[in-house]
Amino acid sequence: MKSYHDIGGEPGGEVDQTHYEYSLWELRVDAMLRLLSSKAKVMTIDELRRGIETLGEDRYDKERYYGKWAYSIAALMVEKGHITQNELDQRIEQVRERMEASL
Amino acid sequence: MPHDHHDHSPIEIDEGMPEEAQVLSEALRELLIEKGLFTADDVTKQVAAMSKRTPGNGAAIVARAWTDPDYKSRLLSNGPSAAKEMGFDIGAAQLLVVENTPDVHNVIVCTLCSCYPVLLLGPSPEWYKSKNYRKRTVNEPRAVLKEFGTELPDSMEVRVHDSTADMRYMVLPERPQGTEDWTEEKLAELVNVDALIGVSTANSPV
Amino acid sequence: MSEHRFTVGERVKVDTRNPSGHIRTPIYCRGHEGIVERICGKFPNPEQLAYGKDGLPAQTLYRVRFEQKSLWPSYSGPSHDTIEIEIYDHWLEPAGS
Repeated sequence: MKSYHDIGGEPGGEVDQTHYEYSLWELRVDAMLRLLSSKAKVMTIDELRRGIETLGEDRYDKERYYGKWAYSIAALMVEKGHITQNELDQRIEQVRERMEASL
Repeated sequence: MPHDHHDHSPIEIDEGMPEEAQVLSEALRELLIEKGLFTADDVTKQVAAMSKRTPGNGAAIVARAWTDPDYKSRLLSNGPSAAKEMGFDIGAAQLLVVENTPDVHNVIVCTLCSCYPVLLLGPSPEWYKSKNYRKRTVNEPRAVLKEFGTELPDSMEVRVHDSTADMRYMVLPERPQGTEDWTEEKLAELVNVDALIGVSTANSPV
Repeated sequence: MSEHRFTVGERVKVDTRNPSGHIRTPIYCRGHEGIVERICGKFPNPEQLAYGKDGLPAQTLYRVRFEQKSLWPSYSGPSHDTIEIEIYDHWLEPAGS
């Protein structure tokens, strides 16, 4: 089966060349991947990619590059038992409340 | 997933409601620090190290290759070691430098994800990761190049490299005419990220 | 016997199989023939690494050069345009097979 990430040769539109500057959170996601793969050695780049390829097409299309990474890393950390889904869901709510309060 | 689903604007992510992915990434960072997988300081240091990786590193390598034929042959035969010679340590990563000639123009794409020599050049430009670039560069490279202002004669071979596996790629552009007496520093200014990916050539001297 | 199954310049064909899982051989080159451009060395198999395994035995990684017109019948550029793709040993077979 052809996966949604295997798109070489498909018809497409003009390439949007608009410059995009990464935010700190996106650079931190990059940093987390490198730390988890090279320092803590609890995941590989290949696992990151497999995670991205199993995000589902909607999420894949919706998220920017490091958004895809964040979701993939989160799923892998749960899969490998480093965190639980429950812990993650609770922390997401806490972080959201903090961020919204600081607006 | 969170039930509180905001309709976010992907461009202005620092204003208004935070993106879901941003919230998730912060939750993840906090939890993984608490679990001892890394420290907050580790993350800060990684971000700082990454900010030093820019296309300027690639430009410096290109300028050296233009002025030193021996360096150029080392670069083409062993990218990582030639990068290290210039002070850019890319660790265990691979680097394959492909040379543009009057007959061959190289262009890099990764159709399956967005593989790129991040440890040398920093994160890739957003367009390199776009679906349109990944879709079209393999089967209509000349049309994509044209959008970047690069029109090549049919007499030249366009050689696409799909970065599907362990290699990472950088293009060695052709040295522009009229730069014979230029210093390395000045030459490096003619090379931007587009030229290193191969959607354009090095800039001509003005 | 050589360490690698194919040599530089040898004509090879990409397998047409279509497994699920994490695969680094793009669909668009499957079933097509090209020439081994270079041998990159041996690398752990990403199809295994992606599921937390060690990826061993390491697979020879080849770069295979294809003529654009052989991949895309409607390719509009000149016939000397090419594309090079990294392909692991277990995805290649001798040409004509």
